[in-house]
Amino acid sequence: MASVQQLSTKHVLGIKYLTPADVELILDTAREFKEVINRPIKKVPSLRDITIANLFFENSTRTRISFELAEKRLSADTVNFSASSSSVKKGESLLDTVNNILAMKVDMVVMRHPAPGAHHFLSNKIDASIVNAGDGTHEHPTQALLDAYSMRDALGGELRGKRVCIFGDITHSRVALSNIFCLQRLGAHVRVCGPPTLIPKHIGSLGVEVSHDVQDSLAWCDVANVLRIQLERQDTKFIPSLREYNRYFGITKERIDRLDKPIVIMHPGPINRGVEIDTEVADSEHSIILQQVENGVAVRMSVLYLLAARRNDL
Amino acid sequence: MTDARTIHDSHRFALTIERLCRHLIEEHGDFANSCLIGIQLGGVQLAERLHRRLRELGVTDLPFGKLDITFYRDDFRTKQGPLKAYPTEIEFLVEDRRVILVDDVLFSGRTVLSAMTALNHYGRPSAVELLVMVDRRFRRTLPIQANYRGLLVDTLTDEYVDVQWQETHGTDQILLLGS
Repeated sequence: MASVQQLSTKHVLGIKYLTPADVELILDTAREFKEVINRPIKKVPSLRDITIANLFFENSTRTRISFELAEKRLSADTVNFSASSSSVKKGESLLDTVNNILAMKVDMVVMRHPAPGAHHFLSNKIDASIVNAGDGTHEHPTQALLDAYSMRDALGGELRGKRVCIFGDITHSRVALSNIFCLQRLGAHVRVCGPPTLIPKHIGSLGVEVSHDVQDSLAWCDVANVLRIQLERQDTKFIPSLREYNRYFGITKERIDRLDKPIVIMHPGPINRGVEIDTEVADSEHSIILQQVENGVAVRMSVLYLLAARRNDL
Repeated sequence: MTDARTIHDSHRFALTIERLCRHLIEEHGDFANSCLIGIQLGGVQLAERLHRRLRELGVTDLPFGKLDITFYRDDFRTKQGPLKAYPTEIEFLVEDRRVILVDDVLFSGRTVLSAMTALNHYGRPSAVELLVMVDRRFRRTLPIQANYRGLLVDTLTDEYVDVQWQETHGTDQILLLGS
């Protein structure tokens, strides 16, 4: 008989709250959804009786479109909300906003919020399943899952024993934290590399290596996940200039050319070309940046599908 | 599991496979516009077996696909419904083809209904036929019948019919398991 396996959790608030088995289940299910989104008719009826609210209290292009497509391809009904054009501007609290939306019979909430922990707070107050689409500098679980999926694809299977280095602004990145948790659950070795000012002081306690040498880290890793310099989250100067950052920490063509081994280059977007990564590298044969975007839809379909499957037994 | 009874042993199992293949040849002739699609999981094993035997009988270029219907089920949110999907591999167009849909056991008919919905997402077949190894008679909840059937059995709703395969269980046989 087919196995009945399901997620251990009702919400996806962060990779920290998922078990290794959860991560495997999401990635394995995503593989079948990737087949679905490459069919002539890219739609399955699984979530036809589910309504999902996409609440974006912070700007987003990729994640928002990706979630919306995932929902539509699962046949869910969707409503969209963005803080800039809503009653939040009139002083409504987060809980009131969400409760008002849920009063209209919404089953699941996909939310991006600038405050770390906003999703955790909500999960204790409301019944609907919550998917974190990014909370401040804390976690961005679906990005980490799609990164892991793309890495497995590019490396031909298992990540156990593989080496992944995350380059760039680790301090201000929710992608970095989620990636670290996710890769560790899949058995990969993780290193972070960037200027000392952009690497949290105690990040070593998570069991990751720390390096400030880009060339050495490129030589060490199978996959380089390059993060953006998040100028909008930096209230003081962490680096002297973007030009200097590119010179000392950028993933340049010259640095890649010096490697005598294959390497997979990733970037969660949006890219600042010429700052953290050179155009020649971003568009090279090493890069899987656009595959990441495609895989994002399949992985988000998988997360929403598996969460919807849990609704009835809670 | 209590009270397992063999209702079809390996000798009769082989005869049934042979009969189903001959029946297909009788109906489809040279299979010029036909294709074989197994429903995951049990249906794929049966379809693979039929495909192999048909090739031995001279049907060499019959397209063969696998269809998973997990995402089309209406019971996936209940505890009984399986959640884990298996690969769908249909490398050819089903548009205007005669599709032979294959499953191991026909029970309520809901799996077949989901499979037909899924199949429509790959194109519009000219006809869809159903082949099953076991037809659990009088247990249908939908107006769906098989065109080709291996074995007709009368069962109680809470009994379970298990089709076992050489490849996975060590022997080809069909068991009836008590409630």
